Amino acid sequence: MASLKDATAVVGIGQTAFAKRLDEDERTLACRAVLAALDDAGIAPGEVDALASYTMEETDEVELAKAVGFGDLTFFSRVGYGGGGSCATVAHLAAAIATGQATVGVAWRSRKRGSGPRPWRDTTVQLPTPAQWTRPYGLLRPVDEIAMLTRRYLHEYGATRDHLFNVALACRNRANQNPAAIMYDRPLTREMYMNARWISEPLCLFDNCLETDGALACVIVGSERARDCRRRPVYVHAAAQGLPAQHHGMVNYWNDDPLTGPAWTAARHLWKHADFAPEDVDVAQIYDAFTALVPLSLEGYGFCGRGEGGAFTEGGALEIGGRLPLNTGGGGLSEAYVHGFNLLNEGVKQLRGTGTAQVPGASTCLVTAGEGVPTSALLLRS
Amino acid sequence: MLKPAVDTDGAPFWEYAARGELRVQACADCGELRFPPRPCCPHCQSFAQEWRPVSGHGRIWSYVVPHPPLLPDYAALAPYNVVLVELAEAPHIRLVGNLVAAAGAPLDSVPADRVRIGAGVRVVFGADGLPRWIPERP
Repeated sequence: MASLKDATAVVGIGQTAFAKRLDEDERTLACRAVLAALDDAGIAPGEVDALASYTMEETDEVELAKAVGFGDLTFFSRVGYGGGGSCATVAHLAAAIATGQATVGVAWRSRKRGSGPRPWRDTTVQLPTPAQWTRPYGLLRPVDEIAMLTRRYLHEYGATRDHLFNVALACRNRANQNPAAIMYDRPLTREMYMNARWISEPLCLFDNCLETDGALACVIVGSERARDCRRRPVYVHAAAQGLPAQHHGMVNYWNDDPLTGPAWTAARHLWKHADFAPEDVDVAQIYDAFTALVPLSLEGYGFCGRGEGGAFTEGGALEIGGRLPLNTGGGGLSEAYVHGFNLLNEGVKQLRGTGTAQVPGASTCLVTAGEGVPTSALLLRS
Repeated sequence: MLKPAVDTDGAPFWEYAARGELRVQACADCGELRFPPRPCCPHCQSFAQEWRPVSGHGRIWSYVVPHPPLLPDYAALAPYNVVLVELAEAPHIRLVGNLVAAAGAPLDSVPADRVRIGAGVRVVFGADGLPRWIPERP
C-alpha cells in the first residue's frame, strides 16, 4: 500500500500583506499568494496540475487557473467546515501526488474577513450548525458556541482565565517579533486582558482571533522532485482528518462527552502513522480562532492528559524556550486570521529555520486546523 | 428576534412546543432518545420514530453571557444569558435555552450572576412557543 509518510514535501510558501482592509479583491489576492508560493519554490505556474482549498473559498479553480496560467489540472479538491479544512488541503494534495494523480499541487486561501461581512450576521444562510436549536435563544456567533464549551471546561477542570491569557500572550509575544503580523507593534499585558470588554462571557476580546484581509498559498511536490527545488523541503510526515462519531460541529452539545472533539480523532490517526511522538514535537502551530481551543487541542493531540490543558500553559510553556513553543508567527489571535493557513506556512518557515521567532534547531512541527469542527492536522519534518 | 428555521426533522419538536409540550425524538424500535432529530437511529438504523414526552426538569450544564456586537434585537437585551440544560431523563441531551424569571419573561430577566452550573431548572413556554427555563428554587 502506498504510504503518505514523507512521500511529499512543501517546497514553496507565499502570502500577501495582512491588514484589516486591503484594497484588492479576494481573487487578486489569491493570485498574488499563489504566484509568490510558486516563485518561492522555483516552479513555473504551467507545471501545476493539482489544487486544493476550502469550500468557503470564493475564488474557484477556473478563475485561479486561467488567471495565473496553470497547466492542465488532473486533481482538484475542496474541504469543508471552515478552518477545520486548512491542513486537509495539503493532506489531499499529498495523497494525490503520492498516488500518482498529480505532480505539483497548490493549496490556497484568500479571504477578506477584515473588511468584509461577519458570516454570523447573515441569518438567511444556515451556518454549518443546527441553527434552529441555538440561534433563537441568542447563541448567535461562533464565539458564543465555543464560550459554552469553555465555561464547562473551566468548571470541570479548574482551569482559569489566566490559562487562556497565557495562550493569548504567547501568540501576541510572537506577533511582536513578526513584522508581517497585524499586532506586530501592539504588546499585550495581563492587565489589558483582565480588563478587556467581554464578547461572550467567559471569553473576552483578547480570547478572539483577528478579523483580517489576506491570502496565503503553498506548493507541494513529491519528495524526489522536492530535493531539486529552490528551498529546503519540509516533508509531510503524517496527515489526518477527524470527524468523531456523534460529533455536532461547534455546538457539540449532544453526546456523552462534548469536551472531546475532533482533535482526539485526528490525533489517533496522526500518531499511528508517525515515527515520532508528542514529546518529540519541537514547535506547534495550534488553531486559535479562540484561546480556549488551545488547551483542548493540547489534550487532544496528546501533549498532556485530559483536563490538564490549562495547567500545561503555565510557566511559559508556550513561549520560545518553553515545553511547546506555539503559533510562532502570532497565530490567528495576533498575526492574521485567514482560516489557519498562516499557521501552515509558519510551520514551514520554522522547519526551514527562517521563522521571525525561530525555535532553535526545530525539525518537527505539528500543525492543526480548527478544533470544535471537523478538523485536520499535519506532522511536518525537515 | 430570530424564529427557529424549522426543517422536516425538527418540525414535530416545534409543533409540540407550540402546545406547551416538551418532547424528544426517540427510536420506535430500540427506544434510544436522540437530539437533534434526524431521519434514522444511529444505534439500530431504524427509520421508525416517535416523539416521547419528557418531564421538563433538568440541570444547567453550562451557560454564556453574550455582549455586543450582536444582531440588533439581541444587542438591545445584552448582556443576557444563554443556558445549556441537560435533561433529567437523558443527560446527554442538552437543550439550548434561556434562564428566565417566569414564562414569557425576556432573555435578560434573570441577572447573569444568578446563573450557576448544576442548578435545577424547569421548562416553561412563552407566547413565542420556544421552551425556556425557570429556576427550580427561586
